[in-house]
Amino acid sequence: MSTAPQAASQDPQAAPASSSASPETGTARVKRGMAEQLKGGVIMDVVTPEQAKIAEDAGAVAVMALERVPADIRKHGGVARMSDPDMIEGIIDAVSIPVMAKSRIGHFVEAQVLQSLGVDYIDESEVLTPADEANHSDKWAFTTPFVCGATNLGEALRRIAEGAAMIRSKGEAGTGNVVEAVRHLRQIKGEIARLRGADRNELYAAAKELRAPYEIVREVAELGKLPVVLFSAGGVATPADAALMRQLGAEGVFVGSGIFKSGDPAKRAAAIVKATTFYDDPKIIADASRNLGEAMVGINLDAAPDAERFENRGW
Amino acid sequence: MAGEDVRIGVLALQGDVREHLAALAASGAAGVPVRRPEELAAVDGLVVPGGESTTMSKLAVLFGLMEPLRERVRSGLPVYGTCAGMILLAEKILDPRSGQETVGGIDMIVRRNAFGRQNESFEAAVDVRGVGGGPVEGVFIRAPWVESVGAEAEVLAEHGGHVVAVRQGNALATSFHPELTGDHRMHRLFAEMVRSVS
Repeated sequence: MSTAPQAASQDPQAAPASSSASPETGTARVKRGMAEQLKGGVIMDVVTPEQAKIAEDAGAVAVMALERVPADIRKHGGVARMSDPDMIEGIIDAVSIPVMAKSRIGHFVEAQVLQSLGVDYIDESEVLTPADEANHSDKWAFTTPFVCGATNLGEALRRIAEGAAMIRSKGEAGTGNVVEAVRHLRQIKGEIARLRGADRNELYAAAKELRAPYEIVREVAELGKLPVVLFSAGGVATPADAALMRQLGAEGVFVGSGIFKSGDPAKRAAAIVKATTFYDDPKIIADASRNLGEAMVGINLDAAPDAERFENRGW
Repeated sequence: MAGEDVRIGVLALQGDVREHLAALAASGAAGVPVRRPEELAAVDGLVVPGGESTTMSKLAVLFGLMEPLRERVRSGLPVYGTCAGMILLAEKILDPRSGQETVGGIDMIVRRNAFGRQNESFEAAVDVRGVGGGPVEGVFIRAPWVESVGAEAEVLAEHGGHVVAVRQGNALATSFHPELTGDHRMHRLFAEMVRSVS
């Protein structure tokens, strides 16, 4: 469902010649390529245009618009949904970096609304209350690319089969505790390494075990990586957390509650950006970590029952 | 094959660095990531990749790379910028964010995100002057275009009536991303530019 291409060439004979074939929007290369541009960067959760500006000024590569940050969703409960369109448009107008926004899992109408608002990426997110407990949205049906969460390789590949153009390891959002982010990223990277070591005969059984299409499994085995960009999310609260995820193989990080639930958001945001760029330089990470004020308090996950874990949503 | 005779850096503050390194390798040039002034000093040419131009500009200033970059480009270091990289090589941005700086190198004014947001991003074939073998595969992602060029800058390609590729001396810039395709002709052209001055 590509929208009509704009600005088609009118003067093919002009020198240097303009392109002849009509432009194509919403291709896999354009959708996945967008995420490639975000690599090495930090994507920050924001709930107002003012927060979006703080994030952009701190060096965020994109912002994620949502109704409440995950820590507040966790605290206040209730059904968490797509943000108010006015708020999303306010955020789009406030910044020039890409704007992402969350839809509920399987709520393809929220996704249609987000596409019509012109967001640059849709996050079909377990942080919001799922709308469908069997089906995720068909993401091929959209011009706007999607990012989805995954706790393991099979989940990541099922999302890619449905059309996701970017994957984030889920972690456990709104906790300020990086333990689940580490678990999920290690899980995904470890399973990729095992596929890489498998011989061709083993890939059919691997696809069955992963409950993912054979073609994508074979692609991952050949590439030694996902066919789309892999970020980490869910629990990053400090510069060192961000650098840890990068050293573990994440191509960038999402930071949610960790910034705007801390004592000095602007300073912490800039510090996390620095540590994400120089993730392998402990001196720079040390400097970035100085005098940041209070970090978000965080939640010890041993105390969180399974039913309260966002990571168990999606399949 | 020319062999890995020149060292070409890829500015690795943020963006699609890996794709540029792969495209350079496929073009017979040794690509190395550049994040520090001493790494910049050791290269024969530099690619400024696609990414977020505001973020890249901020990080370049923050980590003391902006002045060394300007100095080396002024003294003739061959540079190639794609998308955000094109914006960083422009002398002027039409609609900069407050405090957004550029390296410069090409006398042109660019408009950021000129082709629209992600939903308007597209692929199209682009004829590039001086690149033989038919049109180049152009992937345009929230791409800028060039509003105007100075007398020294040569327009290499247009799309939809807008300038999307420019060369001025040793500096090359495209609105689109050849590094996201298997078509390495732009990288081969740049590697030749680097060899001719090394």
